[in-house]
Amino acid sequence: MKKRSLANIIFLFLMLYLLLPIVATMLYAFSSKWHKSIFPEGLTFKWLATLFQDTAFMQAFGRSVLLAGGAVIIALIVIVPAIFVIVLYFPKYEKWIQVAVVMVYSFPGIILAVGLIRVYSTIGVPMILVVLGAYVIGILPYIYQGTRNSLRNVDARQLLDAAQLLGATKTQAFTKILLPTVYPGLFAGALLSFSVLFGEFVLINLVVGSRFETVQIYLMKKLSTSGHIASAVVFIYIVLMGLLTFAIAILTKRSKGATNL
Amino acid sequence: MISKRQSFAWLTPFLLLVLLFFLVPLLYMLITSFSNSEGFTLAQYKSVLTNTYILQGFKNSLTLSVISAVIALVVTLFAVYAITHFSQPVREKILILTNLTSNFSGIPLAFAFIVLLGNSGLFTLLFDKWEIGALSSFSLYSWSGLLLIYIYFQLPLALMLLYPIYDGIQQQWKEAAALLGASTLQFWLKVGIPVMLPGIIGTFSVLFANAMGAYASAYALTNSNYNLVAIRIGALIKGDIFAQPELASAIAVLLAVTMVTAMLISEWSIKKTRGKL
Repeated sequence: MKKRSLANIIFLFLMLYLLLPIVATMLYAFSSKWHKSIFPEGLTFKWLATLFQDTAFMQAFGRSVLLAGGAVIIALIVIVPAIFVIVLYFPKYEKWIQVAVVMVYSFPGIILAVGLIRVYSTIGVPMILVVLGAYVIGILPYIYQGTRNSLRNVDARQLLDAAQLLGATKTQAFTKILLPTVYPGLFAGALLSFSVLFGEFVLINLVVGSRFETVQIYLMKKLSTSGHIASAVVFIYIVLMGLLTFAIAILTKRSKGATNL
Repeated sequence: MISKRQSFAWLTPFLLLVLLFFLVPLLYMLITSFSNSEGFTLAQYKSVLTNTYILQGFKNSLTLSVISAVIALVVTLFAVYAITHFSQPVREKILILTNLTSNFSGIPLAFAFIVLLGNSGLFTLLFDKWEIGALSSFSLYSWSGLLLIYIYFQLPLALMLLYPIYDGIQQQWKEAAALLGASTLQFWLKVGIPVMLPGIIGTFSVLFANAMGAYASAYALTNSNYNLVAIRIGALIKGDIFAQPELASAIAVLLAVTMVTAMLISEWSIKKTRGKL
């Protein structure tokens, strides 16, 4: 019993440690002044309003959504069918996808950036496309996990065969039977990928730099100039991440629920 | 069934992307690290291994990664023990919260710590006001400041990796051990920890690799001034001093070897754990 209470205290401490920086930064975004006490001396919406009137921020936000969203959509179009084909028809090659997943996961942006700059910086390819391509590959682990988990829950091969036996065409069997069953898991993987890419800084900063100012780069600039504006950016970032996390949790639950049918 | 040609059509774009944006850059980096204008050379590696500044960066990264991983691991081992005793809905909420904080890394995380502990951070001012000497001399822009941030982003990852491993320890085992006369402590020492050990080692190596490759928080906090491997590589390719892609490649290859080793250890441990649970 005594050990349990020690564990509980450590758990509470951990939660406090994880939440304190988030809560403090969010409060800071609404404080007019906060220098003398534990709580802000006054509350204001000034910083958020300023931020929303700043076209540079709105554009940065748009670029982030475009880049992260674009990479996720390309991944869904290119990677998902490839995973389907391998899992359903060439299962003995699946271990190579797993090798690729571990490799992608093991090489952080800082290492990949060196190679990408080496190969592409001198041959005239727009570097933003290079980052986009690297993003598509970078989210392979999340997309694979999302697709694989939902495929494991259903016997996809049998479902497809049954549908075709009952007269469905190959396309019908795929879009009407298989896609709806794997959809929640896949969507959760896509949202997770989006949130990871939305927070990506290393590649975009090193490979492209401020020529393509995303929210992360905008935030980096504001870090040294205005703490209040920076905290407003982080506030919006946290709200967005919160919404995405919540959506992912619901979708994951739903895709697990499908297993019990 | 689909034909060979169809499946080939679906696989080609994917393979092309992996080739273009992953394999080719990494291979080219490897080749670059071994070459100069005259051809094959080991000069870059020689200069890395004799450059005290770069070696210092490696050492700083290694200590920061090992210590942050150990602390996060120990704290999480206790915390997960507490979590497994909560009810299912509470556990789910905790895991969602953990997922949220795992997204809170890089620049936003560094900024949050600046708000709390930076030069005019909330706690910094409070410590000054209360005149807590030891604490007011603390600097966020130093090794210990970075350690706090590294521990922060290790914690959610450690929790998400350890939770399923803990969950695998079955209630029946505990009951069986108790029936045979083992105390709780004996159960954990003789059954629980040994079963979980490969998983713990695996978690440690993922955490270690995670910290070795981290760049954004340290960059945001110290703007390339604090000497870490990742920061050195960034400075060498961005040309903060002057760009030296060959040297950067050699350092990156050495870092990659460290990380791949860590990931292989974790893969091995995952297989080992899966066999037991």
